[in-house]
Amino acid sequence: MSETTMVQAVSLALARAMTEDERVIVLGEDVGVDGGVFRATDGLFTRFGADRVRDTPLSEMGIGGISIGLAAGGFKPVAEIQFSGFIFPLIDQINNHASRFRNRTRGRLQCPMVVRAPCGGGIHAPEHHSESPEAMFANIPGLRVIVPSSPRRAYGLLLAAIRGSDPVVFLEPTKLYRGAREEMLDDGKDLPVDRCFVLREGRDVTLVAWGAMVPEALKTAAEWEAKGVSAEVIDVATLKPLDAETIINSVKKTGRCVIVHEAPLTGGFGGEIAARVAEGAFSSLLAPIERVTGYDTIMPLLKLENVYLPNAARIGKAVDRAMAYA
Amino acid sequence: MPHKPQNKEIIVNSPNIAATFEIDFTRYLDPAGKLLKELPAEAKDPATLKSLYRGLVRARAFDTKAVALQRTGRLGTYGSSIGQEAVAVGAASAMLADDVLVPSFREHGGQLWRGATPVELFLYWGGDERGNSFAKAPHDFPNCVPVGSHALHAAGVALAIKLRKEPRAVVCIFGDGATSKGDVYEAMNLAGVWKLPVVFLVSNNQWAISVPRSAQSAAQTLAQKAIAVGIPGEQVDGNDVIAVRTVVGVALQRVRKDQGPCVIEAITYRLGDHTTSDDASRYRKDTEVTPHWQEEPIKRLQQYLTTAGSWTKADEDKLLKEINEEIEAAAAAFLATAPQEPSVMFDYTYAQLPADLAAQKQAVLSSLSANLSQAAE
Ligand SMILES: Cc1ncc(C[n+]2csc(CCOP(=O)(O)OP(=O)(O)O)c2C)c(N)n1
Ligand SMILES: [Mg+2]
Repeated sequence: MSETTMVQAVSLALARAMTEDERVIVLGEDVGVDGGVFRATDGLFTRFGADRVRDTPLSEMGIGGISIGLAAGGFKPVAEIQFSGFIFPLIDQINNHASRFRNRTRGRLQCPMVVRAPCGGGIHAPEHHSESPEAMFANIPGLRVIVPSSPRRAYGLLLAAIRGSDPVVFLEPTKLYRGAREEMLDDGKDLPVDRCFVLREGRDVTLVAWGAMVPEALKTAAEWEAKGVSAEVIDVATLKPLDAETIINSVKKTGRCVIVHEAPLTGGFGGEIAARVAEGAFSSLLAPIERVTGYDTIMPLLKLENVYLPNAARIGKAVDRAMAYA
Repeated sequence: MPHKPQNKEIIVNSPNIAATFEIDFTRYLDPAGKLLKELPAEAKDPATLKSLYRGLVRARAFDTKAVALQRTGRLGTYGSSIGQEAVAVGAASAMLADDVLVPSFREHGGQLWRGATPVELFLYWGGDERGNSFAKAPHDFPNCVPVGSHALHAAGVALAIKLRKEPRAVVCIFGDGATSKGDVYEAMNLAGVWKLPVVFLVSNNQWAISVPRSAQSAAQTLAQKAIAVGIPGEQVDGNDVIAVRTVVGVALQRVRKDQGPCVIEAITYRLGDHTTSDDASRYRKDTEVTPHWQEEPIKRLQQYLTTAGSWTKADEDKLLKEINEEIEAAAAAFLATAPQEPSVMFDYTYAQLPADLAAQKQAVLSSLSANLSQAAE
């Protein structure tokens, strides 16, 4: 069996969802004939036609807002925002509308829509193309926020997101689009969108990450194994609603917790996880909770991108600090 | 004859028509470089036309080098302006040094004209913030990558100028795709209501990545978006640098006299890929592109100058040599530029580095020096 990249896995999930449910409509800039700038919608236009694979005028606010009406009107829009830095106008539409429709109408109307967008750095992209906005969305009640970290999870989580009835922001790490590949089946099986994934079991420290930081955490875990440190690695995958229980249980076992994300430190989603761990596993903690994150700076242009981005070495230092704490 | 006010709305003495409008189109040179009507006074001097020609050739040389640098991994993703140089160069040539250019990201020719150096532009596209220093164009805004979001900034800086009663003006350039954005419409509307000294220049190159102009708006012209906000809108041949310079020049004169903003739609064509990351063959045929090579701005002006007896093969060779030398030297200087200190990413975040951030900066500094000493061991 040949390997599938994460961007191919996204295409497979989109095609599968469109095949099984005629209400699924893909829309966004250049998603049609061009197949999306990252090729996530490659082939869909030919297969499903212009009505269901729609190139929009250049308007992110429009893409977000029209999806809300489409969803409340009985369709299942899957919108693509072309690059992470252009998703911010949607905060208005999602915060004020998509996430509230069900509550405001006491269940009469809802917004089963998915907004897919690339996220994160690491591919030397231009300005505003490498942002990590997950925490901003995770602060919105009623919204699901998902960040896959492998082709299989991208496939299964995206299918679940589309099949579900809630509005979802689905952030796809650009670095993994082609950087992550594995064998997988297009079997239509979805994955739970309220669960963390324990990717590796360990005894000494829990590494909690999502998106492109998951492979880095796995790398650290493998390297530190040789140094006699046994690390458990958790892919949070669905940030909202958060499966705090899996993380808390892990830290109760290991006694140490290192949280990793690309977004800036302050107000990053690592703070929420740290709080949950402090609340739920306080008496088990053997060392202060560590966070390895982007700095509280503007995401630099590509020359300094790798200074900004956390990596396995920086995670390793945090592991060392946690292990050395007495 | 109905009265024809400046905003092109024609007031008709009919009880059944509330308003009607027309959109002018200006062109001096046809695609073959043939003069269609008398040149405006400001463009009669061959020296002016030669300097415009130089601006166009310089823009293309810069683009060509930038793409080559990207292909060999020394520049990030780059969007060439090939074929549409006359829009930014024509506009910049009509501006005064004190005016403000608020560009999107394909206006290299205009930026160079106004004093940004090729080294600065290479630095920016190479992923180094120092490229936005614009030592010689200190009022100009940096590139704006989030499409259309800068149109409001242009209106804002125009308001600043107006409040101080300065005789300065703002030129904001964006693409056909950008006109679909709410912020662009909001900027035009605000500028209209407050009569701000700003010219909105649409560089309509017929494409927004893979989306053709026809899929962007059902409107017949993009210029007519001006009518909806009560300001004049007109079209100009964006591959005729004389026309762009003239039409923008007239608009700037109005603006400087506090006569209000306008929208100018420059009709041009994107001859190249959207950027170096794009493959336009996925969505448009060569047969669509090829005829547009007959309309491009450089050849057009060159034909005119040659026919008018103002330009010789020797002039051409000399100019190309000079410009190639300049761009090659700039590329070499760019490649030889010492990298920034990594910790510089902290220094401009706030007016003064807060203690909290200073601690993060210190952590970066010490891990970098630890790495250095490790490497030295
Ligand atoms: C708000 C926003 N959405 C999407 C993009 C990605 N993008 C970059 S350029 C572009 C097309 C722009 O078309 P147009 O305004 O016609 O300018 P052109 O590129 O043709 O010069 C798109 C969609 C962006 N930079 N900003
Ligand atoms: Mg365009």
